[in-house]
Amino acid sequence: MKREETIRISGLSIGYRGKHGIKTVAEGISKVIRSGELTCLLGENGAGKSTLLRTLSGFLPPLSGEIYILGKSLNSYRERELATVIGVVLTEKTNLQNMTVAELVGMGRSPYTGFWGRLSAEDRRKVDDALDLVGIVPLRDRMVQTLSDGERQKVMIAKALAQETPVIFLDEPTAFLDYPSKVEILHLLHRLSREMGKTIFLSTHDLELALQIADQLWLMARGRGVTVGTPEDLALDGVLDTFFRRKGVAFEKQTGLYRIESEYRSAVRLSGDPVACEMVRKALRRDAIRADFDIEAPVSVHAVINPDGKPSFTVSDASQRPSVPSGEVHSVAGLLDLLSEFRS
Amino acid sequence: MKRPVAVGMILLGVSIFLLFFLNLLLGSVSVPAGQVWKILWGGEAENAIWQNIVLKSRFPQALTALVAGAGLSVAGLQMQTVFRNPLAGPSVLGVSSGSSLGVAFVVLLSGRLGGVALSRLGYMGEFAMTVAAIIGALAIMALIVWVAQKVRGNVTLLIIGVMIGYVATAIIGVLKFFSAEEDVRAYVVWGLGSFARVSGGQVMTFVIIMAVLLPLSFLLVKTLNLLLLGDGYARNLGLNIRRARLWVITCAGVLVAIVTAYCGPISFLGLAVPHLCRGIFRTSDHRILMPASLMAGASLALLCNLIARMPGFEGALPVNSVTALIGAPVVAVVLFKRRKEDTGE
Repeated sequence: MKREETIRISGLSIGYRGKHGIKTVAEGISKVIRSGELTCLLGENGAGKSTLLRTLSGFLPPLSGEIYILGKSLNSYRERELATVIGVVLTEKTNLQNMTVAELVGMGRSPYTGFWGRLSAEDRRKVDDALDLVGIVPLRDRMVQTLSDGERQKVMIAKALAQETPVIFLDEPTAFLDYPSKVEILHLLHRLSREMGKTIFLSTHDLELALQIADQLWLMARGRGVTVGTPEDLALDGVLDTFFRRKGVAFEKQTGLYRIESEYRSAVRLSGDPVACEMVRKALRRDAIRADFDIEAPVSVHAVINPDGKPSFTVSDASQRPSVPSGEVHSVAGLLDLLSEFRS
Repeated sequence: MKRPVAVGMILLGVSIFLLFFLNLLLGSVSVPAGQVWKILWGGEAENAIWQNIVLKSRFPQALTALVAGAGLSVAGLQMQTVFRNPLAGPSVLGVSSGSSLGVAFVVLLSGRLGGVALSRLGYMGEFAMTVAAIIGALAIMALIVWVAQKVRGNVTLLIIGVMIGYVATAIIGVLKFFSAEEDVRAYVVWGLGSFARVSGGQVMTFVIIMAVLLPLSFLLVKTLNLLLLGDGYARNLGLNIRRARLWVITCAGVLVAIVTAYCGPISFLGLAVPHLCRGIFRTSDHRILMPASLMAGASLALLCNLIARMPGFEGALPVNSVTALIGAPVVAVVLFKRRKEDTGE
C-alpha cells in the first residue's frame, strides 16, 4: 500500500477561546500524517492530546494555522462532506439502549443514506464487511448495552469503517480495556492501516504498546510542542529517554522499552542458561539486586535447564558469609527462598 | 427473539380503532352498537338524540383524545431523545407552564381589570383561553429556543427549562391570590385537563393543525437517530447539532403548545408512551418509535378518556388523574417485565 501524505498541519495553534481570553494549549505545530500508517499520539494528561484530536476532527476551530486534509483546507469542508473523509472513535460513552450492533454500525452509513436514513442493500453489505474486518460478526444482533467495553470499542471502530473514510481518529481507544484487548485493538488498527491504506491517528496512554506497534509516534508535552518520529529513531535520539523521564522509570535502548528502575543495593553474578538467567535477573530486580553476567560479585548463581525441562540453580558464595547458604534448587521461588536473608 | 414490527403496528392500529369505537359506544346514555356504527358512516339513527350524542359529543371528544394523545407522545419522544434524558417529557421545558400562564392571565386578570370574567363568557371565553394558551406556550418556547442557541450543554438547557416552568408557576400563584374565587375555580378546572372541552368547530381546527404538525415531526427521524449517538458522533456523521436541536425542540414545543391550548395540561402520556414503545418494540430506531408512539399515545388517550367517562363517574373524573392512575401501572408493569426478561437471558 502506498504511503501518501493525507494530513498536513502548518503553523497550528490549538486551544480554547473563552470569555476570559484565549487559552493556548499548544502552538506552532507543523507536521504531516501519512496513509497506510498507524500514528500514535502520546503525552501526559493535560498535554493537549484531546484538544489536538478535537481540532483535527473539526470539532474545535484552531486558534491559528491551517489543517489540510487530502489537500483541502479543513474549514472549507461542508459538514456532510467531512463526514465522508474523517471517521472518529471517541471517549464519550454512549448510553445506547435497545440498539443492535448492526444498527449502530449502520449509523456509520448515514452520510451516504437518504432522507429517512434507510440502508440500501449495498449499505448493508458494507456494514457486514465492516463487522467482518473487525471480527465481530457473531455480535451482529446483540444489543449494544450487553457488550463489554472491548467489544463496544470494536463496534465503534466498525462504525468508523462503515463510514468509509480515508482518515480515522481515535481518542484513547485502549482506555478501560484489559491488556489482551488493548493489544488486540491496536493490532487491529495497525492491520487496517496497512491493508486498507487508511490514515489512522490515535491518542493513548499505553506507552509500551505504542512503542511496539506504532509506525510513527507523536510526543506531546505541555510547553514543548510536538516531536514526531518512528519509535526507533526517537529511541536512538534519546528523545524517548528524556521525554518520560521520571524517578523510577528508565528507558532501555536495547529493547526500546521502558522499565521500572531502582537503585541497586547489591549484586549477583549470573552464569549458565540465558533464559533462566533472565528470569533470575527479573526476580532479583524487585529487591533492588542487580543480577548480570560478567560482573564482579561474591555471590553467584549458575542456572541449568535439565533435559526434563526443569531448571536448576546452584548458588555459591566466595565470601562464605553465613547469610548466603549454598545449595541447589529447582525453581525461581526456591532460589528466592534460599537467598531470603541475602535479599533483605 | 425479535418481535415482528409489523404485527405490533397492526395491533396498535386495531386498538385505536376499537377504542375509538368504544368511546362512541359507551357513556351515560346507552346507544346500541349497530346504531353507533350506522351514525358513524353517515346514516340516520332511529333516535335523533342518539345521533346528537354520538356526533356532537362523543365523536369530537374521541377525536380530540386521539389527536392529543398522539401529539403529546411524539413530542415526549423527541424531548427524551434530544435531551438524552428518560425523564424528559412535554412539561419539562416549561412549555405547558407557558400555556397555563397564558390562560391564567386571561382567566384571572380579566375579571379584575375588565370587570367581566372571561370564564363566564361561554364560547367567546373558551376561544380566548385557547388563544391565550397558545400565545403563552409559544412565548415560553421562543424563550427556550433563544436560550438553546446560547447554551451548549443539554443538561443546562433542561434545567433552565425547568426553572422557567417554576417562574411561570409562581406568577400563576400570585395571580391566583389576587383573583376572584370563581375565576380561580375556572382556572383550576382548566388545569385538570379534558378532552371534552373542545367544542364542534374548534375540534376540526385542532385536528387540522395536528394533521399538519404530526407528519412534519416525522421528517426528523434521521436527525433523532443520529442524536442518539451523542453530540460528537452525530456531528462526525455530518449532523449540524445546533440546528438539529433547534428543529427538534421547536417541533416538540409547538405540538405541546397546541395540545395544551385545546385540552389543558395533560400529564404523563408524553413521558410514558415513548418508554412503553421502546419496551414493546425493543428498538431505539425512530423510524419505528415515531409511528409507534403516535399510535400508542392515541390508544392510551382514548382508553383514559373512556375510563374517565365510565358509568358512575359521569365525566367527573379529570383526565389528568386517569392518565396517571391507569397509565402509570401499565407502563411500570411492561418495563418491569422487560427488565426481567433481559436479566433472565
